[in-house]
Amino acid sequence: MHHISRRGMLAGAAAVALGRRAIAQGAPIKIGLMLPFSGTFAALGENIAAAFELCLAERGDRLGGRAVTLVRLDDESDPAKAPQNVNRLLERDKVDVLIGTVHSGVVMALVQAARERDVPLIIPNAGNVAATRELCAPSIFRSSFSNWQPAYGMGKALAAKGVKKACWVTWDYAAGKESGEGFRDGLRSGGGELIQVLTLPFPETNFQPILAQLPGLGVEAVGSFFAGGGAVQFVKDYAAAGLREKLPLCGSGFLTEGVLKPQGAAADGIQTALHYGDGLDNAKNTAFRAAFKQKTGRDADVYAVQGYDAGQMIAIGLDATKGDATAVKPLATAIQAAKIDSPRGTFTLSPSHNPVQTIYLREAKGGENRVIGVAADALADPGTGCKMNLP
Amino acid sequence: MQLAGLFAQVLNGLQYGLLLFLISSGLTLIFGVMRVINLAHGSLFMIGAYLAYALAGITGSLWLALPAAVAGGALFGAALEYTLFRRFREREHLDQVLLTFALILLFEEARSALVDNQFHSVAIPAMLDFSVRVTADFAYSAYRIAVLGICLGVAALMFIGVERTRVGSAIRAAAENAEMVDLLGIDARRLHTLVFAVGTALAMLAGALAAPLQSVYPGMGDGFLIISFVVVVIGGLGSIAGAFWAALLIGLIDTLGQAYVPQAAGTAIYVLMAAVLLFRPAGLFAKG
Repeated sequence: MHHISRRGMLAGAAAVALGRRAIAQGAPIKIGLMLPFSGTFAALGENIAAAFELCLAERGDRLGGRAVTLVRLDDESDPAKAPQNVNRLLERDKVDVLIGTVHSGVVMALVQAARERDVPLIIPNAGNVAATRELCAPSIFRSSFSNWQPAYGMGKALAAKGVKKACWVTWDYAAGKESGEGFRDGLRSGGGELIQVLTLPFPETNFQPILAQLPGLGVEAVGSFFAGGGAVQFVKDYAAAGLREKLPLCGSGFLTEGVLKPQGAAADGIQTALHYGDGLDNAKNTAFRAAFKQKTGRDADVYAVQGYDAGQMIAIGLDATKGDATAVKPLATAIQAAKIDSPRGTFTLSPSHNPVQTIYLREAKGGENRVIGVAADALADPGTGCKMNLP
Repeated sequence: MQLAGLFAQVLNGLQYGLLLFLISSGLTLIFGVMRVINLAHGSLFMIGAYLAYALAGITGSLWLALPAAVAGGALFGAALEYTLFRRFREREHLDQVLLTFALILLFEEARSALVDNQFHSVAIPAMLDFSVRVTADFAYSAYRIAVLGICLGVAALMFIGVERTRVGSAIRAAAENAEMVDLLGIDARRLHTLVFAVGTALAMLAGALAAPLQSVYPGMGDGFLIISFVVVVIGGLGSIAGAFWAALLIGLIDTLGQAYVPQAAGTAIYVLMAAVLLFRPAGLFAKG
């Protein structure tokens, strides 16, 4: 209630607004990085943060003419602590911009705060479709993907190869379900059909009852969404069950992302679809990978790319408003109109603020997810249910 | 085609059931002989799995982990009984539940501090890292078959130990009538230490065997704990034979349910448990 009346006052009183602008340019702009720096997703959070910093450094650590102060907060990927963490950033640290996060449950607290308080938020990973569908808002952008997108690309690529019937195997949770819908829509776009979805409770790993069903389903290919350790076990069990020759396994890119080493030979030949991959040949990617390696000593991955692009997006927005993060409408309009020169290839943003991007087809071989083609070109999330009126 | 699928699922059910037997046989002995509800039994399974993960990481092979889980489990179990459970045997069930629930939290915190909260895969021993066709279009990893064999072997040892030895008859007697054992002059305290040591060793062995099949991850024992209690109830408290048949039955119902009636799979075994409690409260496989 309070902030609405304040905004109303500002709109009415130009003098006050001008005063604020003057103050805003003097003080540094505060950006809150709410990411997992401990726990399961710590490596992802570190890469996102490092690449975001890299992007700022390339701009002399200034955005829209203002110096930048970064405030890091470890969200521990714990949804229970998320509302409190967001509050700490906004109330105690008084950040002007939010960047976060990896975990789909935790991101909901950020989305809620960005909607209620009109604070710019860029999501550098979490793919739950709601953030750029029914919960979309002018202040919310995503630099990563929606769960629907990579799986749609995989379904489309399968149908293009002539696969008519496929099934989807995943954990019974939101990311699995949303990616399954993308896979179904992608298959349909090329005349294929998703005939069954097989699930097990998260994070169980007794895949045997599901694997033994697959030969009897009458499908030509099996698609799946698993990530991390679950993906390692699934890919190994799939190979051990001797299913690979007759039923090629494919999936959303996370099936083989960052887990190829423990998967070993069991992953060889698995095709996946994602908005990034190994061996992407463009100048931006080459420069980015070299700079990231120099800064961190690690190889860049898809998470680093998403962190870097979150930096590029907020830079474009703040440049347009001369560093005023409260001017959400012009800031959003600028990002919306931009072409983001990303290491993944140039992308734009859909009306619901999700990247419109190329989904690459990759094949796992010798520890790399080699890009072997394009699964879906300039793919936009449908943004179903997003009611947002932007100029 | 469909028959082959059924065969593969029955094999899956048996393999799952036998692993379940390793866990629940210890639980049923502890419950039957000591009348202690050990909610931390699933955590013992988890500790065995993490022990396998740690040892496989250090030695590069799983083989050392199996004897280590048995020996370490026996020692650990004996120590737990000697320091804690002995003092709680005469207490109310609520006290026991609080004690063992506290142990769950302690073990989980220790795991989090010593390892981390991630998923970790454990490599199958190189010797068994190949697959064998069991139907025209489904294969079984040799390791999975070896686990099946080991579980059967352990089950046979348990039968012989409980049914054919003097200690075994004392254990059976204690499960049926604790006062009678005391009257016969058998040292009940040593019996309890032994039972708790064996139960813990079995749970940790099950964890070590399961590590390459399931990966290790936080809370991996929770599901097994609940299903193990279902096995104990259906098989009858303190009955090794009952636990064996109940574990196989649950393994088959759960696996075939998931495969053929996924809508009912989550509830089928609990309906069975409720029916057993209603109509045969001493257990489905109880004598008489």
